[in-house]
Amino acid sequence: MKNGKRLKTRKISELLELYPFLTNFFEDNLIDIEGKADLTINELLNTIDEDELEDKALDVEKLLSSISEYIDQMIEFLGEDDSNGVEKLTILPGRDKSGETEKFDPIEISKSEIISIVGPTGSGKSRLLADIEWTAQEDTPTLRKILINDKLPDKKWRFSSSNKLVAQLSQNMNFVMDLTVREFLELHAKSRMVEEEESVIEKIIYEANKLAGEKFDPDTPVTSLSGGQSRALMIADTAILSSSPIVLIDEIENAGIDRKKALRLLVGEEKIVLMATHDPLLALMGNKRIVINNGGIKKLIITSDQEKDILSGLEKMDSIVQKMRKKLRYGESLSLEDLMKENENA
Amino acid sequence: MNLVTFSGPPSSGKTSVILKTIKALKDRGLKIGVVKFDALSTDDDILYEKAGVPVRKGLSGALCPDHYFVSNIEEVVEWGKGEGLDLLITESAGLCNRCSPYIKDIKAICVLDNLSGINTPKKIGPMLKMADIAIITKGDIVSQAEREVFASRVNMVNPGAVVMHVNGLNGQGAFELSTLLYEKEEKIESLKGKKLRFSMPAALCSYCLGETRIGESYQMGNVRKIDMKGKDQK
Repeated sequence: MKNGKRLKTRKISELLELYPFLTNFFEDNLIDIEGKADLTINELLNTIDEDELEDKALDVEKLLSSISEYIDQMIEFLGEDDSNGVEKLTILPGRDKSGETEKFDPIEISKSEIISIVGPTGSGKSRLLADIEWTAQEDTPTLRKILINDKLPDKKWRFSSSNKLVAQLSQNMNFVMDLTVREFLELHAKSRMVEEEESVIEKIIYEANKLAGEKFDPDTPVTSLSGGQSRALMIADTAILSSSPIVLIDEIENAGIDRKKALRLLVGEEKIVLMATHDPLLALMGNKRIVINNGGIKKLIITSDQEKDILSGLEKMDSIVQKMRKKLRYGESLSLEDLMKENENA
Repeated sequence: MNLVTFSGPPSSGKTSVILKTIKALKDRGLKIGVVKFDALSTDDDILYEKAGVPVRKGLSGALCPDHYFVSNIEEVVEWGKGEGLDLLITESAGLCNRCSPYIKDIKAICVLDNLSGINTPKKIGPMLKMADIAIITKGDIVSQAEREVFASRVNMVNPGAVVMHVNGLNGQGAFELSTLLYEKEEKIESLKGKKLRFSMPAALCSYCLGETRIGESYQMGNVRKIDMKGKDQK
């Protein structure tokens, strides 16, 4: 903390009033503050005798510096508003695996934009995403350079734990905590220090239920949600509660979740959405797609009008498949007549 | 030669992270060696050998692995110098949460995994609190929310540390970690006179010396009793 000297002589009660987040800090660092509100930090730390310091493996000096560091981080974090926003991301060319210079004009991606990334396995999609996440400055194997809002990126994107640039969603991710949906969201909201926790949680549950094929109750344990419900909750939570301005989607299966609505939710929350996918239903939803091969960006394709027409054709086919799926789920039989009728309607 | 100490709970992914990171360091033409510390048995030395990394292993057996580590670290550094390494990595499993293997002025890295539960960061002592870098693994199988919550808990107990996500299976994040491990100007000649960042877990009682019988009359030395009183009885 910039005024470290004053910190030591501040009363606990004063500090907690100014920085309520310190309650959790003391708890997680095994420091008992009950009944000690009138002590200063220095006095508090002095009440811990040598045995207790040894037993709890505490180091007074380290604690003092941690408290002040944590207060600084939280003040910066809580003070951040729109100035923290990523309006625009720019990718400047580097080289491919053979050392050839990439031949593309700087790729500019604005917030609320959806970009697809295509290329065979091992072509370098992961490296591109890693370059973005690390805000590469010609210091990764591709020698690419990333700009944020047309400027050299702040170091915090690399090293701060609360300012990760990229959030990730993939088919392989699961919930592992033994909590209900509501408790889970409360925990996430607390870690992000959001105000109006209740309304944020309500909004996430509402949005997730719009995406999921089958609705779920807030008191369901997250580990009991179906695949589609889990995916829906992860997407709604990432859109609304994640601190990261960029969301990377690594293939989402088309089962039990409305992907179009999901993308609309993400861009509606002003995220930049990157999708590594070859599913035409997803890939064509992007305004542009980056083509990768041999570790390099080969070209940037703007989704054509014809492709957009193809997408709406595919969506019709997809909606037929989804309807059939729903019928099977509710124990109905399928008939050829149904298919014909659906085809005509579509 | 540079020296880096890796530590972390068992099965958190230390070896996988180190192997992927070494790959990135080797691309820069650096010579890396590893000394693996474990308790009863390890086959990780074979993994390092397969990757063409000079390796030695040390098993602490019946001794506290931390004490074993610090009693041998000088010899380990001698070996690394003899091998002509640019970077020597020590890897040791933090078998109890009170482990404290880090040395002042020697880069210290703690590896934790997302699956270990969100209360893990507060349960781990100096091994996490005194680390310079905290690596979180297995992020590819949990949700974004769980990654964010876990990272914030790590940050709470060690706000000064750099927190990074590394995937030990596909290597995501390993290149980035590798850029933080080697500094050309740094030259470790000997550890003589250097100090531990925090005292190691202590015990000196009859059971340390091989006592197996149970009962108060057999307990001697540094013995402590559990408090069996409930909160209401105090």
